[in-house]
Amino acid sequence: MTAQAPAGELTRINRHLPPIVQLAAGSLAAAVIGGIYMASYFPSRPPLGLPITLLIVGLLLLGTALIMLARIGDFGWRSFRVVGFWTLVAYVVQAGMIGYAFVHNGARGSPLVVIIFLLVVFAVSVPLMISFTVGRYQPR
Amino acid sequence: MTDQLQVAGSFEAEGTQDAARRSIQIVPLRGLPIVGVLVVFLILSISQDWRWGLDFFHVAGGALWTSIDLFVGLVIGPILGRLSIPARMEFSARFMPKMVLLMPTVVLMTLAAGFQLAITLHNLEPSSPNHVWLMASFAIVGVMAVIALGILEPANIAVLFELRKPNPNGELIGRLMRRFVYTAGILGIMQIATVVIMTRVTTQ
Repeated sequence: MTAQAPAGELTRINRHLPPIVQLAAGSLAAAVIGGIYMASYFPSRPPLGLPITLLIVGLLLLGTALIMLARIGDFGWRSFRVVGFWTLVAYVVQAGMIGYAFVHNGARGSPLVVIIFLLVVFAVSVPLMISFTVGRYQPR
Repeated sequence: MTDQLQVAGSFEAEGTQDAARRSIQIVPLRGLPIVGVLVVFLILSISQDWRWGLDFFHVAGGALWTSIDLFVGLVIGPILGRLSIPARMEFSARFMPKMVLLMPTVVLMTLAAGFQLAITLHNLEPSSPNHVWLMASFAIVGVMAVIALGILEPANIAVLFELRKPNPNGELIGRLMRRFVYTAGILGIMQIATVVIMTRVTTQ
């Protein structure tokens, strides 16, 4: 085991990358706030203005993060893909459980659609943060 | 002669530790069937509104979640901070894979069962005296979710990937472990607020 890294490794560790984790965390926060807001009205029908606004904010932040990610050249894409795929599977299962809890308790119509899209933001933003954090420290 | 044997023995031990570290599983596959069984029971408890099952998952899951966060943040963390970098790496290689499997399972059990319990017991209705307390709990869980999923879990998995390299970077592992331990401590403190709210809800 070594505590010292080669110079190339140090450059990789300390280099500046776009704020992808911050943007994804922002989109996650929007999805979580939207989901909690809707859950707080449950089982009654919640007003959809705020959740839809938060959903749009979440999607915009997530989209920006994905665009920034696509423009990075030197990056551990292989690790990113492996981690991204498996964490996506795990978080789709989790999002599915949350969605099931809403459906089981009678969520229907437009509130259900908003919930599903908020869950999509949740299920994509978390794997993005995890796989980006791994990929940034891995060789190409 | 004895010294030579000791040196050879220590190299051998280090080589074995290195091999063990590099062969770590990011996700301990042997634990997945247990997670699968728990998730199936959780789904059954929700679909059947099975009160004992919901109570079990929420109380047992919540107790584990709180205890682990507090223990890691306030007990393991400070100890880990004083260890040498190789010792930290050795510890992380054995500790972190277990957390990868344990924490998401415990969180899923607690939250899914808790949401269903709140609906079954009518605690989410605005007329319920527990409504405000549950909203406060939701807000705390929301903040905790963003911290745990945005900082703690990525750090955890990045450490495991670094440990599998032939020459892992101790400085990076130390940095990521610090992030892991500090956020676990913050989550532990926030968990105390959740415990206060939950005990309040059950005694209203």
